[in-house]
Amino acid sequence: MKEPTAPWMVERETLTRSEADTDPKYGCKPDSRPLTEHIRYGFANIDKPAGPSSHEVTAWVKKILRVSHAGHAGTLEVHETGEIQA
Amino acid sequence: MKLHGDVEYEKVIRVFKEFVGEIYQRPPLRSSVKRQVRIRTIYYNHVLQIKDRNILFKMGCQAGTYVRKIAHDIGEVLGCGAHVVEFRRTRSGFYTEDNCLVTLHDLSDAQAYWKERDDEQPLRSSILPVETAVALLPKVWVKDSAVDAICHGAHLAVPGVSKLHSGINEGDLLAVMTLKDELVALGEAQISGEKMLEEDHGLVARTVRVIMATNTYPKAW
Repeated sequence: MKEPTAPWMVERETLTRSEADTDPKYGCKPDSRPLTEHIRYGFANIDKPAGPSSHEVTAWVKKILRVSHAGHAGTLEVHETGEIQA
Repeated sequence: MKLHGDVEYEKVIRVFKEFVGEIYQRPPLRSSVKRQVRIRTIYYNHVLQIKDRNILFKMGCQAGTYVRKIAHDIGEVLGCGAHVVEFRRTRSGFYTEDNCLVTLHDLSDAQAYWKERDDEQPLRSSILPVETAVALLPKVWVKDSAVDAICHGAHLAVPGVSKLHSGINEGDLLAVMTLKDELVALGEAQISGEKMLEEDHGLVARTVRVIMATNTYPKAW
């Protein structure tokens, strides 16, 4: 049986409906944000250790980076390790 | 995972191959989601190593798949039973182990570099921009004039669209981007990608979740 397509294997083309320019005065390319904004609109791909819960790990991230809010995607159990995005 | 009985290698590998594609699953008792049967897709299921009753395997699956249940079911099919001994997530969509994986220690050090030595670089390299979260979603790029309205919750209409990805179907979750590739919002496609190119008016996407702050782009509505 052929293996199903995982989301990261999907290839897409970019199609143009209407050419347009963007004004450099507004907004900012993602890789040149000022640091506080980069953190605020950022994702950390964390290698979670076994021991703490995903919720605890997120609380630590909040404390380390001194941000008021942080959430996580991909809950892992206490004894599980691996990628969790905060 | 560990088997509760002895099974020939060939049978183990054969059964693992069967657990690929769409499967039915009901979330276990200990879960935070509604316990109704749902379909999940397993992209691949490879046995890496077998030693006695221990099996090391790598599985790629849709978010929300209960791997422990799959392992349990494989054990049932093999006839001896099985359970997961150790579990590690190595990938979540765009985020992989090679892609900027940091430990809490790394983050803590990077923060210290910034606060104590005024060096922004470690923190910048440890944190990925929010745009990476939508790396695998189909995208629609909008003109500057449409951005602020969407930040205020307006839905996206055809005239605001500049570019889009191929293969968009009605109902798909989309990432609405500026022409500088910043994430504005998440939307739900109301028409197919082909219609978006052909039409000159009408609703393209219903704004589901706004990410960008208002007033980043000027008010043009």
